[in-house]
Amino acid sequence: MKAGILNFPGINCERDLLQILRNEYSATAELLDYRESFQHHYDIYFVPGGFSYGDYLRSGALAARARSLDSLRDAAQKGAPIVGICNGFQILTEAGLLPGALIRNKTLKHICRWVGLKGSGDWANQFEAGYSLPVSHGEGNYICDADVLHRLQDENRILLQYAEDINGSTEQIACIADTNKKIIGLMPHPERAILPSLDSLAGAKKYGQRFFELVFQQLGV
Amino acid sequence: MHYRIVATVRFKKSVLEPQGQAVMLSLQGKGHESVRNIRVGRYIELEIEAKDEAAAMHEAQKMAEEILYNPVMEVCELKAEQIS
Repeated sequence: MKAGILNFPGINCERDLLQILRNEYSATAELLDYRESFQHHYDIYFVPGGFSYGDYLRSGALAARARSLDSLRDAAQKGAPIVGICNGFQILTEAGLLPGALIRNKTLKHICRWVGLKGSGDWANQFEAGYSLPVSHGEGNYICDADVLHRLQDENRILLQYAEDINGSTEQIACIADTNKKIIGLMPHPERAILPSLDSLAGAKKYGQRFFELVFQQLGV
Repeated sequence: MHYRIVATVRFKKSVLEPQGQAVMLSLQGKGHESVRNIRVGRYIELEIEAKDEAAAMHEAQKMAEEILYNPVMEVCELKAEQIS
């Protein structure tokens, strides 16, 4: 597997992804500079978490207008699999590659903890009871209009929901896919649930692994 | 000519805006019981060199659509003033 990881100033989860893709999945993983366009020759792209451009203007807004995003858009048109995690999810919605938007948590607090999740849509019944992943976000409150919501539901594109309402997200949405089910965005951090040094839950490694397993299966990587 | 364009960006009415709600609760808690709703938005000033106001507004409109606001959740209003 050859993975491209888009990097922007203020992103801080790119090394975690790099390490996991290389060590756990024997992938050839490379960081892609935001100032440069790139040729589409990767099997999968990741847009990592962090605080691109200091979250100025709107989370993900400025990264979504970077030069590398034009290349990502071209790759998306050719059907390339893309996964956006946390700020990466925000960047993909800002870029118009995923529907809806992510606004300030209803509590106005940054939430940094493990949260319970349940699979839905195409991923219903794909996760064991008690499945959880870490989240760390201040703007994870997913909103969309009624038409978009109906389409997400009808097309089974809401893949993960929070087990409880943590941030005000419509339908407790934590993870969605685009129309072609090739682009996935989620607020939780599966890459933080794999390395033993980052685990704060016993057996958490299998939670992170389960996510990546499903993603590679769904996206045909 | 030099123009200043002010862009006011607000959440759409359909979006429950958490910052405004928090500010409202705080004000009500301080005894300002008359306040019914608060919405927090963003104010952006652009200084633009253009041949006339229409041209400055046209440029500002393009910039607003490209980056200043997100039509999924926000609306944007532009106002122009000449500064030189």
